[in-house]
Order: sequence, then structure tokens, then C-alpha cells
Amino acid sequence: MALRSDERRGPPLRGADPAVRAARAPEGLGARLERWSPWAFLLPAALLVLLFSLFPLVLSLYFSLVRLTFAPGGFRLTFVGLANYATLLAGTGRQEFLGVLASPSPPGWAALGLAAAGLAWWLARAAGGAVSGPGLLGRAAVAAAAGAGLWLVVSTLAPHGRPGSLVVTLIYVAAGVGVEYALGLGLALLCAQRLPGRRFFRVVFLLPMMITPVGIAYLFRMLTDTGKGPFTPLWKLVGLSSFSWVNDPWGARAAVLIGDVWQWTPFMFIVLLAALESQPVEPVEAAVADGASGWQVFRHITFPAILPVSSTLVLIRMIEAFKIVDLPNVLTSGGPGTATESLTLHAYVIWRALDLGGSAAIAYILLLVVTVAAVSYVRLVHRRAVEAA
Amino acid sequence: MRPARRRRAAPSPAARAASYAVLGCWTCVVLFPLYWLAVTSLKTPIDVFGGPFYLPFVDFHPTLSAWRYIFVDLRNDTLRPYANTVVVATTSSVIALVLGSAAAYGLARFPYRPRLGAILLLGGCVALAVVALSLSVPLPAAVLGAAAVFAAVWALTRGRFRRSVTNDDIAFWMISQRILPPVAVVIPVYVLFQRLHLLDTRTALVATYVASNLPIVVWLMRDYFRSLPVELEECAAVDGASRYRIFWSIVLPPSVPGLVATFLFVLVFAWNEYLFALFLTSARAQTLPLTVAAQNATRGPQWWYMSVLILIMIVPVIAMAIALERYMARGLLVGAVKG
Repeated sequence: MALRSDERRGPPLRGADPAVRAARAPEGLGARLERWSPWAFLLPAALLVLLFSLFPLVLSLYFSLVRLTFAPGGFRLTFVGLANYATLLAGTGRQEFLGVLASPSPPGWAALGLAAAGLAWWLARAAGGAVSGPGLLGRAAVAAAAGAGLWLVVSTLAPHGRPGSLVVTLIYVAAGVGVEYALGLGLALLCAQRLPGRRFFRVVFLLPMMITPVGIAYLFRMLTDTGKGPFTPLWKLVGLSSFSWVNDPWGARAAVLIGDVWQWTPFMFIVLLAALESQPVEPVEAAVADGASGWQVFRHITFPAILPVSSTLVLIRMIEAFKIVDLPNVLTSGGPGTATESLTLHAYVIWRALDLGGSAAIAYILLLVVTVAAVSYVRLVHRRAVEAA
Repeated sequence: MRPARRRRAAPSPAARAASYAVLGCWTCVVLFPLYWLAVTSLKTPIDVFGGPFYLPFVDFHPTLSAWRYIFVDLRNDTLRPYANTVVVATTSSVIALVLGSAAAYGLARFPYRPRLGAILLLGGCVALAVVALSLSVPLPAAVLGAAAVFAAVWALTRGRFRRSVTNDDIAFWMISQRILPPVAVVIPVYVLFQRLHLLDTRTALVATYVASNLPIVVWLMRDYFRSLPVELEECAAVDGASRYRIFWSIVLPPSVPGLVATFLFVLVFAWNEYLFALFLTSARAQTLPLTVAAQNATRGPQWWYMSVLILIMIVPVIAMAIALERYMARGLLVGAVKG
């Protein structure tokens, strides 16, 4: 306080009066700060994100084109071009990455045929309609990618095939997001009714989302143990006491999926519930008064209303689900063999084996897959869902 | 806020019973694993391996030996990661919230028209710096050199770039950063912090988590700010308040629910993050997820210790989630509806 009053009493400096200074100089510090304020708001965040995305992307691309070798006194990076990608797609890494391809079973052929017909019809309709030029080209690319992906899935899941980490990741994403959405929607619909004690359910259902995936993985390792886990009597009852979830490829994948569903259903639930509760009740009441059944109300009123939110949720979860790593790493260590290995885990495993280039190549392919999936989803499904509302 | 809505009609008794049955089932699905965790933390190894025992005091004798081991015998090995997790998660979430909501406000209120050329130029310069770094040019020289190239080219070509990007493009670019799989980013980030001699420090983790959580903050808060009425801000501007002051005293106070939800959301991400912590820390800055994972030591998973660790790790976030549950749904919804 004393200091301040001393300052006040001191002789006024020449030109210290703000009005005088503003008149003399075209722009004072305050005005300049004000003029640049939009950039002051945006730039710190934008530059930080730019640095942490661009720099690693460039460096990762470089790593994916080199091979790490140990030389006397350190290591050396040798430029090998696209060899790392070739190893994954056609060389020694192919079994682990793409899997073992076999000729599809009859149902597999049927699914492929149906999908091909569907894609062709969709392209033909787009070509005959208003879509043209770049849009058509984009659709053709999407159709090609979807067809290739489906062919890979069908032929690795055939009797003598074995899915690699790419297909396993796709399975996690498709099955996980689908089940989570269905469960989350069902629970949200139930909780949106006027029931006493709703708040209890809301809070309880939220909990799994808060738990670290590593913890969930150990938790489900305990629970799926058929010898000492809590469900042992149940396994004995159905004669599966010697069956080990984590030693059977599909059992292990199911265990990973159950953990994932347990953790992420709450996310779908909580947002869908909020969306349902923010819908007006009048249209529903009018429909019920006109004699609409519960299913009709859901199909024609409730579901269209929550479609945009649903679409965004699926997009967010899809993007995050592609990155799954903690659960398979801890729950099954990627095993048996490589049966539960996701792409991120695959990249980590071969990074640990000091194959820097191969790891970066997998990361880049994962980035490509997620980007293609996300962009086609946004363009073809999400926009339509949002516009329809 | 909104006028009160009319309540939904109550379901019929049969429908109500069915609903409670299903909700009760899912409650068991959610709570049983947590119960099992709590029970296991009270068991001795013999109780765990002797077969499933369900009820303390009834079919096994509970003991606090695992808790004692974690908190007394391993005191520093537990408390240090715990302190690291608390410090890293809260610091990074606060910084991400401050920087992110400022950027979100900017994107919600000001039209930005940065030249596409300038952005590409900046990207090129970053790439240049990376190449220089990988050719073992020292970091300061690489950064300064790239900055000089940027300034020179920018000055020479000033005004020639015509195409610019819009706010929506910037926001979409931000959220698209979530598409980047961490595994594609983590090795270069490792190299970066190695060069800066920041490996195994909290600073490295905080910086990484801020960068990876910023897009979420920007995305959620931008829609929140856009849903606020703009008239009050205009009045304040007419009265001569600066933009910073308007943001601080007019925009932020009514946004507290959104800020709380966003904070909780990014805090949980940082609290539970595993992959970056695995690569960037080894001993001093280790966080709890790694401590939990490390219990799967040479002797096989030690369920009793692990249960204690998982419990002490999830209790704070669960307490926060229960306290702030109302905010959470609303905050998330705003972002999701507009997205």
C-alpha cells in the first residue's frame, strides 16, 4: 500500500497520460494487444497441437522407411525405402499382420457376393444420381477399400485361415462399438422412463468408464479364470472347468471384447440418456394418443431424434476403439500366439524387438485405416444422419 | 435456463418390473467386478489360490496384509507413483483446460482466415527441422534455422497466397488429431524428450497429455461457448472492456458446468493413460497404471496386491464422477449434438 501511494505522489512522467500517448502514437500496447487478441486466444493451443502432431508424423514417416541396425559404438539407421511395408504385406510379417488367407467357406462366398452386389448397386445409384466427379471417385475408393477389407476378413476367418492383427483390430472395432451402442441405447431407454431410483442407476452405470484399462484387464483376468475365478462353480456346472478362455483364440478375443464393452458401454449410455431426456415429450404423447405402439414411437419419433447424437457417438468410439492396446496386452499378452493382438499392440511388440522401422510402418498403416474409416463414415453416414434431423 | 418440461408418463407396473429387472442385472454386471476387487484385496494368497471364496468372515478370514504390504512395506514405491499421477493428471488437465478453452472461445467468436500457404509453409519448416534433427544438428540450431526459413519465405511471398481456411476447418483439424494413434506418435515424442533431456520427468508427461487432450477441450468447449448468448459480450465491448476481460468475467462464469465436465473428462484420460507413460517414464516419474501393470512380476500376477493398487487408483476418480455426474452428461452432450 505504501509503495502504491508513493508512486501516486511522484511527479507525472511526460506523456504518461494514456490519452496523450494514444493521440501521439498510432497504436499503444493495449490497442495492439486488443487487435491481436483473436490470435492470442487461438495460437498457444494450435501451435502446441501442431507441434505434437506434425513433428511426430514426419519423424514417424521417416522411421517407417529405415531399418535400425546396431553398429559398434551405437546404432545406425539405413534407408530401405518401402521395404518395411513390403515385409508386412507380403514378406515375413504377413502372417502376423494380415493373417493366413484361405479360400472362403460357402457362407463366406455368399457374404462376399452379397457385399459386392451391394457395393456395385450403391456405386451405380450414385453414378446415375446427382453425384459426379470427385464424389464418385471417392465413393469408388471407399467401395474398393470396403471390398478389400471384407475379402480379407472373410478369407482369414475361413476354416484354414487365421486372422492377423489388422483383422483382429477390425473385429474389436466392429463388434465392440456395435455391442456397446446397442447395450447403451437399451439401458438409456430404460433409464429415461419415469422410474424411482434412476439417479442411482445413472451413477452406478457410469463407474466402469472411470477405471484404468490396465486395471480392467487384470480384473477380467481374475474373473475369467476358470479355476479360481468367482464363476468356477458355473463353469463346473456346464462342464467347462478345464476350458481356459485365454488359451482359446476366440475365447481370448471374447474376453478382450467383454472388458471393452464393460468399460465403454457407460459412455454410450450417459450421452444417449442425456439426449433422450432433452427430447420434448409432446410428439410422443400425441403419437400414443393416436394409438401408436411402443415400437412405432421408438422407430418414428425417438430414434430419428437421437440419430445425430448416435452417429457422433459411434464415430468417436470407432476412432478410439482402433487404438485398443492396454486390454489385450495385459489380459492375454496378445495370445494365444498372436490371436488377440491389435495393431497398436503389434507395433509395440515389434518395437520391443527393436524393429523400429516395422513398428513405424504398422503405425502408419493404422493411421491410414483409421483415417479412411473415419472420413468415409463422416461423408457417407454422419452427414446424412445430422442433416436428417 | 429452459422452461420446465412436462414429465413423461409413468410406465405400467409390468413394464416397470421388467425395467427394474434389466437395470438390476446390469447393476450386478457393473458392481460385481468391483466387489470382487474389494474382496480379493482382503485375501491372502492361500485364499485366492484355494478356490473362489465370496464372502469375507463367512467362507474366508479377511486380512489387511495386502494393504499393509502396499502402504507400509512398499510405502515409497506406492506413494511416489501416486503423487506422480495426481500431479501429472491435474496439472496437465488444468493447462489443457486453460489453453483449450481460450482457443475454443476464439474459434467460437472470431472469424479466422489464416492463409493455407502460411500453414503449409509452417508444416514444411517443421519437417525441415525434423530432418535436420535426424541428421544430428543440435536442437536450438534446427529450431532457429527453421524459424529463419519460415520468416524469410513468408516475407518474400507475402500477399501471394490467396486460399485461406475457416474456423470449421481449424476445429475439424483439431479433433482429427484424435485419429492419430498414439503408437504413431510415441517414438518420435520419445526421441524429442530424449534430446531435451526430459525423459522420465513429470514435465514430459504433462506436455504430452496437454497436447493430446487439447483437441477434446477445444471441441467440447467451442460448442459450449457457441450456445451462450452473444449480446452480453457485445454490451461489455461497447463499454470498453478488453477481449481478455470479457472472456474472463463474462464468458467463463456461466460456462462452469461445461468446464467441469470437460475437466473431469480429460482428467480421467490423463489419470488412466498407459502407452505414453510406458514409453516416456521408467522410475522417477512412473505413474500408477504402470505400477499396476508391474505387479504381473516374475512370480505371476499377485492378485491381492494388484486389487489394492487398482482400488486406491480408482477411488478418487469414482468419487469425483459421483459428485459431478450431473455436469458430465450435459457437457458431453453439447459437444456430441453439434459435432
